[in-house]
Amino acid sequence: MNWSQILTVYLKELKDSLRDRRTLISMIVIPTLVMPGLMFGAGAVMSKIVKKARAEATSLVIVGGEDSPGIVAALKADPRFRVVENDGDFRRLVSDKKIRLAVAIPPGFEAALQGGAPQEVTLYHYESEMKSGLGVSAVEGFFRQLRERTVAARLAERGLPASLVQPFEVRRENVAPPEKVGGNIIGGVIPYLIVIMCFTGAMYPAIDLTAGEKERGTMETLLCSPVPRVSIVLGKFLMVMTASVTTMVLSVASMGLSVVIGGMLLGGGMAKAAAAGAAKGSAPAVIPMLDPLGLFGVVAMILPVAVLFAAVLLAVSLYAKSYKEAQSYVSPLIIVIIMPAVMGMLPGIELTAKTALIPILNLSLVCKEMLSGVWNWPMIGLIFGSTVVYAGVALGYCVRMFNREDVIFRS
Amino acid sequence: MIEARHLTKHFHDKKRGLIPAVEDVSFTCRPGQIYGLLGANGAGKTTTLRMLATLLQPTGGTAVVGGHDVIGDPVGVRAHVGFLAASTALYGRLTAREMIAYFGALHGMADGAIAARIRQLADELDLHEFLDRRCDKFSTGMKQKTSIARTLVHDPAVMIFDEPTLGLDVMTARAIVRFVRQCRERGRTVIYSTHVMSEVEKLCDIVGIIHAGRLVAEGTLPELQARYGERDMEEIFVKAVGGEAALAAAMDAKEARP
Repeated sequence: MNWSQILTVYLKELKDSLRDRRTLISMIVIPTLVMPGLMFGAGAVMSKIVKKARAEATSLVIVGGEDSPGIVAALKADPRFRVVENDGDFRRLVSDKKIRLAVAIPPGFEAALQGGAPQEVTLYHYESEMKSGLGVSAVEGFFRQLRERTVAARLAERGLPASLVQPFEVRRENVAPPEKVGGNIIGGVIPYLIVIMCFTGAMYPAIDLTAGEKERGTMETLLCSPVPRVSIVLGKFLMVMTASVTTMVLSVASMGLSVVIGGMLLGGGMAKAAAAGAAKGSAPAVIPMLDPLGLFGVVAMILPVAVLFAAVLLAVSLYAKSYKEAQSYVSPLIIVIIMPAVMGMLPGIELTAKTALIPILNLSLVCKEMLSGVWNWPMIGLIFGSTVVYAGVALGYCVRMFNREDVIFRS
Repeated sequence: MIEARHLTKHFHDKKRGLIPAVEDVSFTCRPGQIYGLLGANGAGKTTTLRMLATLLQPTGGTAVVGGHDVIGDPVGVRAHVGFLAASTALYGRLTAREMIAYFGALHGMADGAIAARIRQLADELDLHEFLDRRCDKFSTGMKQKTSIARTLVHDPAVMIFDEPTLGLDVMTARAIVRFVRQCRERGRTVIYSTHVMSEVEKLCDIVGIIHAGRLVAEGTLPELQARYGERDMEEIFVKAVGGEAALAAAMDAKEARP
């Protein structure tokens, strides 16, 4: 191994790659322009849809209620609701999303309010459909108020105080500072995006520098030079790392920048959209704040993962005879990478000594913590250490592949 | 100087098991000589030359090339060898100058020495016109000239040519043949593989005929003519490999090869 040779190979690969339009697109254009564009585009569209759904009156059908004209009139008068004629098959109307829900009022409902037997109002809705869900909570709110009014009236009739049925109140108060809330909401997404950018950034150059060289016939030329194969591998490896880290840093920087700019432009809109996306209901309207130190931590933790990706991608694509063949080997790997990254975003999967040994998943989990300002040093050490070991094994395997003539000359 | 001693190379193949590509090949090639390796496609020429250039490791035997052993000191061998094959392409996104300079740097040459060498090679091979253009826009002739400059950048004592005229037009092929002769005049050791009989007649001082991985005949052209009682190289070749039937059988076996 000779550092000046490795540097020579590296600098040549760098120059070569920077002249390749495809590498430039995957390394620079996609992370800086496309990613934030997509994020903002999706975010803006989502918040618009949610806003529109909120502003729109809830269309509903009233089933029954002929002997409860007061309730029906109140529902019809409420601007939040738009009562639609019942054409008989209200279930179909809900299923076809013609209306958001159907309200079934039992016979004799209004009369029973004056002290009759307990009654049951049924809301027919479409589970997991956003508009239907919004409608249900609005109608539930309407009937809750009605119930409270009824209870108050009955108590007043008997001359009893209101506190009789409400012995105590439960009140919630948030102690998590806004950046922690942001860390949990955004913190799950950021490592996931970083892992993917890191992988896709390494993918193209790794294929180009191995299978691409074989296909173009320059691999044999390079092997004629009096440079040990280890130096060639390491030079190429450093180039793939450079591409991977550049892609990642650029995507983090552009995302960070766009969150700041977006925050200034949209005010709390982004946070609201994010909160709605996280299905948390009423989150405070603040821009999700990330611990900037945590962001550095994330970048530091991803470095051994980048080594792992670069080494695996080089080894796999070196085996391929052509660019196309390499692509068909590498593309399924994206799924292998995404699965653990997505699992890290799920609630309930916690960082333990066991999950800390699963590559990518451990990164996803620890990054979520670091971004919300929690530094679990023993875990961080374990994750960093284990990833370094995986990366070292992968790099060793990659060097071995370069020394196998049946792989290098596979054609 | 090239001394091949019992060079043997076997490949493993999942379907057909062990394939003997080269079997016990020994020969000597001296400085100022062109050794021609003549054989049909798949006879083992490329494998032999790749072993001499240390791209492949011999399964058995060894070779001393430019004073270095191909097994013991492959890097030392490569430092004294220029290898040119139809399969050694150029980096399309580099210019001819960058391409030559890159290989100079890989040979451990200093920047100043590389620049001087490129000037000299550009004069000799007439590269000036396209020296700073990218290789992917080159004609075959320009590519071949640049490849030659690439193999010569470190002024190697041994030149290995693996079918260098394959797929080239007449003009370029002639230029290559001229250049190979120049190498001999400058006292380099040259080994040249081909399946074109006329090139062997024109160029080679010693001819080795390789068939099914074995060196079946060796000698100067007059020696071979005397031994087989034929004047024509093609007739000598067919007799040396054991007649047309043997050649056809070997070609059939080769068809199944990867």
